[in-house]
Amino acid sequence: MMVWKTLTRWYHQLGSPRYFYRFSEVLLPWLWPIALLTTAVGLVWGLAFAPEDYQQGNSYRIIFIHVPAAGGALLGYVAMGVAGLVNLVWRMKMAEVMIKAIAPFGAVLAAIALITGAIWGKPTWGTYWVWDARLTSMLIMLFLYLGVMALINAIPDPRQAGRAAGLLSVVGVINVVIVKYSVEWWQSLHQGSTIKLTGGSTMPPEMLTPLLISMLGIYLLFAVSVLWRARAELLWRERKSAWVKELV
Amino acid sequence: MSFTATMQRELLLAWRRPAEIINPLFFFVMVVALFPLGVSPRPELLATLAPGVVWVAALLAVLLSVDGLFRADHDSGALEQLLTAPQSLYVPVLAKLAAHWMLTGLPLVVMAPLLGYMLHLPEQAIGVLFIAVLLGTPTLVAIGAIGAALTVSLRSGGILLSLLVLPLYVPVLVFGAGVVSYAAKGLPVSGVLALLGAMMLASFTLAPAAVAAGLRISSGN
Repeated sequence: MMVWKTLTRWYHQLGSPRYFYRFSEVLLPWLWPIALLTTAVGLVWGLAFAPEDYQQGNSYRIIFIHVPAAGGALLGYVAMGVAGLVNLVWRMKMAEVMIKAIAPFGAVLAAIALITGAIWGKPTWGTYWVWDARLTSMLIMLFLYLGVMALINAIPDPRQAGRAAGLLSVVGVINVVIVKYSVEWWQSLHQGSTIKLTGGSTMPPEMLTPLLISMLGIYLLFAVSVLWRARAELLWRERKSAWVKELV
Repeated sequence: MSFTATMQRELLLAWRRPAEIINPLFFFVMVVALFPLGVSPRPELLATLAPGVVWVAALLAVLLSVDGLFRADHDSGALEQLLTAPQSLYVPVLAKLAAHWMLTGLPLVVMAPLLGYMLHLPEQAIGVLFIAVLLGTPTLVAIGAIGAALTVSLRSGGILLSLLVLPLYVPVLVFGAGVVSYAAKGLPVSGVLALLGAMMLASFTLAPAAVAAGLRISSGN
């Protein structure tokens, strides 16, 4: 019961723009150096020190950027969906701000995943682009991100824009699952998942550890960027409130 | 009650402006007719392209027609009345979607086998094309309506609507065109048709709620 009470209190407090602003002010100075450091460790380890792949040689090393970016794009989309649901039910201002903050970074990560995938595809599959299931579903996810951004841009009233984007992300999250299975059924050239939560991974630990570290690092960087953008958006939205006037 | 009333109103309104029923159908036929002209009139090539061409054309025809689904009601203020009425929006929206599908989707369904035949689709695939379009177009209408509800109050709604909705149409396109190609190769089709049916039922039961929420957001309350 205590835990639940703390959680709900925390949730309501973070829903308040003013509290969120102060909270992120305390959190960010710690979070961004940690995020940068983790990413740097993961990438340097992966790109320079991890062993060569017996089949793909050095070309596999792009995995240390490709997989974290793809994972981040997926995670960001789910987060947007959750924020959209929260906003539909409770009309929470912070959820709208978060959706607006997540969308561009998620789109960039999806684009990075696609570009690195293309670069990786050339030496291993012999072509930059194939209409493979995972590539296609990542491309569609990029389109969905762009759709959310376009909708936010098109609606002049920020609250209305936020709610509309929220509804669209909720619909999109349901759809992403169906898209994923439909294109997988359609055809697949992409290798299966290397990292599995259940059962053993097919990757040796010397490669897996730096991969997991760079994933963590890129997720943290993603979170830092989103928090930063959310803070800027908050200042703009709340520019007429007393606490912002006091700050600026 | 409100279902039949809304349905009657929609059908009557459409009956008085028959061009709006016929235009999507013309569009559908013309887009399909462009492909033999643009690609090649060779029968074997057209037969492989046919499922995708018919589906993409149907998808665009539905998308274009769905753009105006709520616009007239929004401009005339009828939508505002509906939103302030002391009842759930779900049923009237469901009726509107059903009526819209009958008016714009059903003509496409009827026309699809003929276009399939003109594109030299093998005979055993034409019946499957008919069933697939019959099961798939309601899903397209339901998903498109969510986008239409969100963009109804915007001036440049049309192009934005396609940006929002086209990615959501992918599963219908993949399964719909896939099942026709399967039939053309003589493979079993009932499983995929069942999936299309399931998507239709799911979208027609869930989408009205999302459309109602979208309309409330667009009207700013």
